Amino acid sequence: MKQHKLTAAFLVATALTALSVQPALAQDQDDSLKQIERYREMIADGNPAELVEVRGEALWKQKRGPKNASLEACDLGLGPGKVAGVNAVLPRYFPDVDRVMDLENRIIHCEITLQGFTMAELTKRPHSLSASERQTDHEALTVYVVGQSRGAKVNLPQSHPKEREAFLRGEKMFFFKGGPYDFACATCHGVDGQRIRLQELPNFQKTENAQRAFTTWPAYRVSQGAVRTMQWRLLDCFRQQRMPEMKFLSEASIDLITYMGVKAKDGTMDAPAIKR
Amino acid sequence: MNKKIVIACGAVFVSVAVLAGCVAMVEAPAAKAPTDAEIVSLLKSSFKESPSAKLDRLDQSPLQQACTEASRSGKPLDEKVREKLQAAALASVKFPTDGKYIGDWKKGEAIAQNGRGLQYSDAPGAVAGGNCYACHQIDKKEIAYGNIGPSLTGYGKLRGQSEPIVKYTWTRIWNSHSFNACANMPRFGDAGILTEAQIKDVMALLLDPASPVNN
Repeated sequence: MKQHKLTAAFLVATALTALSVQPALAQDQDDSLKQIERYREMIADGNPAELVEVRGEALWKQKRGPKNASLEACDLGLGPGKVAGVNAVLPRYFPDVDRVMDLENRIIHCEITLQGFTMAELTKRPHSLSASERQTDHEALTVYVVGQSRGAKVNLPQSHPKEREAFLRGEKMFFFKGGPYDFACATCHGVDGQRIRLQELPNFQKTENAQRAFTTWPAYRVSQGAVRTMQWRLLDCFRQQRMPEMKFLSEASIDLITYMGVKAKDGTMDAPAIKR
Repeated sequence: MNKKIVIACGAVFVSVAVLAGCVAMVEAPAAKAPTDAEIVSLLKSSFKESPSAKLDRLDQSPLQQACTEASRSGKPLDEKVREKLQAAALASVKFPTDGKYIGDWKKGEAIAQNGRGLQYSDAPGAVAGGNCYACHQIDKKEIAYGNIGPSLTGYGKLRGQSEPIVKYTWTRIWNSHSFNACANMPRFGDAGILTEAQIKDVMALLLDPASPVNN
């Protein structure tokens, strides 16, 4: 990470904060959107997620757990020990468990089967709570594996009926309106050019938007000072929809990630990314 | 997994030799489209309750169900269904008991800025905001506004404060489905997001001639 880039990013961030509190004309909104885009470009070269990736790689190769084994024999869908490109073909069907799994479910599965950890200890607190806290092992492992898919073209398999069914369920869930706000995922992510405040919302019915969203998670969230995974992203979306709390690794999360991944076909993986 | 064996044969009657050309294909069962009930049950097993957000949030009202299907299929609601849902929404609207519709625009601005409330992580019964700026332009000095809803800048200046306008605005905030069954805007009164007093303050933000919205 280069010091001058972080300094430049900090200056832009400060300028943006100043801008948002000054009385301004509507014209300024376009300018501030452009400045946010410039800010994104400037910080993209110094992504703190890279540090988490390095820690994740060491964890992946380290002998851990009651079985004192590393995760290097883990089959993430392209064969035991293969991590390159796996996130571009996940979620997918795994014959050994006879169901569809996303990356985070599969990593946990390997920690249980290869290393002897229990589901309860692995899922107790998968996401770090605040910027001051170290990223969890789960976050580090996920970010490392996803980073090994950079440049890979998204192409989720859909030939197994369970893969197709996961997509069909995910599609229905995407449009499911509920809760006290009557919101569905599609309320905010189904129309072009929509924003919440200044945050642009990707329309998943448009391939290029779905590609950009799917290929850039997990991401380092500047506003939270932490790397966040795709499972976290869904949990937080439902929080803002005013739905109950989504369970980590839940069936619905796998279906929705499948839906998004299929919609993002042919996108180029570029995660972990860095976001506001 | 149930597998069906399909024997695909060419001209079987021509000769025995042709039979050797038969191909045994293993065909997996076709994917099944999920029913609405399956989706609700799957969602309920995928979420957990908290004191402020129970699993009944996943039980759809007839309106939520109809609007889900309209949005997924891209087909507008049947006209009769739409009218029925809008009439039910309109019937839910409670007008202020003291007949006063306009509160304090300064408090209304704070409510419009506040995006808290009703999340699973919030304390039950905590005072919620309206989060109006998430979707609307309101006071033009606030540039961090969303665009899912229309701009409300100059709302009262353009429309005045006649009784029909005041009642229309109240109805729209209380239950926006009264005019558009599948409107995106939450039912701030009907769903208990804002109190009657808070809605009066938001009304003032929109309609009071002294509000920055109208200046």
